[in-house]
Amino acid sequence: MQLVYFASVRESLGLSQESYGLPEGITNVAQLISHMRSRGDKFAAAFSDSLKLRVAVNQVHAQADQLVKDEDEIAFFPPVTGG
Amino acid sequence: MKMKSPFSPLLQAAKVARILVQKEDFDLNKEVTAISAGENRIGAVVTFTGTVRDMNGTLQSMTLEHYPGMTERELSRIAKEAEGRWSLHGCTIIHRFGKLLPGDNIVLVATASAHRQAAFEAAQFLMDFLKSDAPFWKKEDCGGENKWVDAKQSDLDVLSRWQTKKMPGTKPGNT
Repeated sequence: MQLVYFASVRESLGLSQESYGLPEGITNVAQLISHMRSRGDKFAAAFSDSLKLRVAVNQVHAQADQLVKDEDEIAFFPPVTGG
Repeated sequence: MKMKSPFSPLLQAAKVARILVQKEDFDLNKEVTAISAGENRIGAVVTFTGTVRDMNGTLQSMTLEHYPGMTERELSRIAKEAEGRWSLHGCTIIHRFGKLLPGDNIVLVATASAHRQAAFEAAQFLMDFLKSDAPFWKKEDCGGENKWVDAKQSDLDVLSRWQTKKMPGTKPGNT
């Protein structure tokens, strides 16, 4: 997977993107978020509040039950504030 | 030069929305001229311009980040949705990113239609969904203190007004 991070999530992690293999047993967005929280303190903090986290799979907004595959581009970011 | 179409206006392919995501400023007058150029069926052009606000006199600058690729995709999707709901002869969305100063332009939405209601409603629809769906994030610099702008629940609440498919200015069913 290609994981990309924006805005406050990017800043909390100090990372804008990374290649990351789909962990075994992870099939959807909700499971992936839980997994991300287990990747250390920075990740735990950045992914702690589900209400302030949005996910896009292949550049399309995704819900918690959306399936994820190893070839996907998955983005994590806070609620948008454009306009 | 625009060629005269042999088909009736209804059979002409819908005009593709003009979607731009850019650092540079935009020129409102130029965009209004462009949206109605060569299109005599237009009787109404509505524009909305969003600018950088400084409520407390403390804002130094605002920096807009976005998700290249997804941003254009989302704006196109929203424009397509509007074109499906209203008879539009033109639709323009321009959104800036990068560092902006108080008073600077951020976003332009322009819609053109035969009658005003469709243009008014479509412009509001575009802005409502742009605010909730387009992947932009604002960060304010208030003199050394940088802060991400929080999303507002009210921006999501207003979306419910578009759940009723039949708005007065929307397209008729099968005519």
